[in-house]
Amino acid sequence: MTISRNARMFLAALLGVGLAFIYIPLSVVVINSFNASKTFSWPPSRFTTIWWTKALENTGVREALKWSIFAGLSATAIALVLGTCLAFAVSRYQFFGREVISLLVVLPISLPGVVTGIALNNAFTKQLGMSTGLLTVVIGHATFCIVIVYNNAIARLRRMGTNLQEASMDLGANGITTFRLITLPNLASALFAGGLLAFGLSFDEIVVTTFTAGPGIQTLPIWIYNNLFRPNQAPIVNVVAATLVVLSVVPIYLSQRLSQDSTTGGRF
Amino acid sequence: MLHSLSTYMHKKPRMRLTALLTAPVLWLVVAYLGALAMLLVTAFFTIDSFTGNVIQQFNFGNFQDMLTDAAYKNVVLRTLGIAISVTFFCTVLAIPMAFYMAKIARPKTQKILVALVLTPLWASYLVKIYAWRTMLEPGNGVLDWLLKPIGIHSPGFGGPAIIIGLSYLWLPYMILPIYAGLERLPNNLLDASGDLGAHNFYTFRKVILPLIFPSLVAGSMFTFSLSLGDYITAQIIGGKLQMLGNVVYQNFSINLPFAATIATIPVTIMALYLYLVRRTGALASM
Repeated sequence: MTISRNARMFLAALLGVGLAFIYIPLSVVVINSFNASKTFSWPPSRFTTIWWTKALENTGVREALKWSIFAGLSATAIALVLGTCLAFAVSRYQFFGREVISLLVVLPISLPGVVTGIALNNAFTKQLGMSTGLLTVVIGHATFCIVIVYNNAIARLRRMGTNLQEASMDLGANGITTFRLITLPNLASALFAGGLLAFGLSFDEIVVTTFTAGPGIQTLPIWIYNNLFRPNQAPIVNVVAATLVVLSVVPIYLSQRLSQDSTTGGRF
Repeated sequence: MLHSLSTYMHKKPRMRLTALLTAPVLWLVVAYLGALAMLLVTAFFTIDSFTGNVIQQFNFGNFQDMLTDAAYKNVVLRTLGIAISVTFFCTVLAIPMAFYMAKIARPKTQKILVALVLTPLWASYLVKIYAWRTMLEPGNGVLDWLLKPIGIHSPGFGGPAIIIGLSYLWLPYMILPIYAGLERLPNNLLDASGDLGAHNFYTFRKVILPLIFPSLVAGSMFTFSLSLGDYITAQIIGGKLQMLGNVVYQNFSINLPFAATIATIPVTIMALYLYLVRRTGALASM
């Protein structure tokens, strides 16, 4: 294509500006975690790794990390089962209300988190008389994770078609054997991408968590939020923040490695 | 046993469908839709100002209060203004970035650039807004340190900070659909336009822009609606400024019915926006 040299240079410069906009703040977070100053000061006058060892020993951070992983894994497991069931039903059957279902499933991530949050809190505590805790957090997270698994699974099921399944059944395999040997292996990488994404979403979620976690439960985002405005905790918050920035490379790497259909890591 | 179950189920497709649908439909309809419906009903209740208990008596008092108080009108307009500005800035930044990625970069560079744009999506929401707190801190923030030599100061915490923060959060959501749209756009269309004598900008305006419009709409659904309901960003870098989400959050513990009433505003605006988007037909061609 004929784009003049000047136009190319101009666009490259704009791309550079955009990437700088994206990466300067993230780099600041990482650099700041080595900042020796106890309170915020920029530029750092001295560097240290002491906050990293302190953060590793911090019981609040450890507890929060434990809750986050536990809630994320539970919500992902529920979402994998429910999302896959729903994807099979919508892609392979005709039934009344099918369109409504595909609209309903996106609702939890389309509505503002604060609306979902207060609705669930109201239902749990006022209507059902439950106390908020780990269970309510998992229910809340699973609700908006279903759509992620559903989207990944249904896209794959539509592309797969039913030919292979029919062939398997024609050759004498029953429904369970066909699912185990044909459908599931073909679906696996889509489910992996969906599960990864669902876990990432749950791990990062703060708004719904605020309203569904009781005072006893702190996930990592809630811990960060609660300590954000405490000046003496700033160095530990910086380390946790930097860790999360660095870890964000992992899912991108994994999905580029494992998923043949997209380079987007499943976020789209 | 398993075999006979499998044979039995194979003969009964309705049974299979019921088995597949029961759990997810119960979850989404009973747990989620039920909770939303109850919240909506609560919006028509009031609160006993003495005990703070919810009085279950149907009335439109909350909606009257909301519509007559100018303070809430201001919050709605401010929130809309922020959501529109965020969408505008994301679009302006995303188009040249996506164009370079899709049409100029070599295949290998292209892959790296996509990964570079995607990675921050996985970095925590809170961390990104926290990063902007250190960037924008008036006086000793990173922005002041970087830009003081050229005489620019940090805007500090407030409206502009919220717009920067939210644009930062949602920018990848705008870049990716535009990139996907541009990838699908055949290069020879651009060549044809150039051969017929159109300048770069004219080609952009008359050929590229109309063809990537559905992508812009798809991206705007993220940038606009995610901004509309946000309250954490305003809490961290908004200074004293309040968005709709903040009003909902504050009323939640003191007056739940009124919080529910306010919560209907962003939901209504989003429903209207979705309806308009559907009418343009942009979604169907995605």
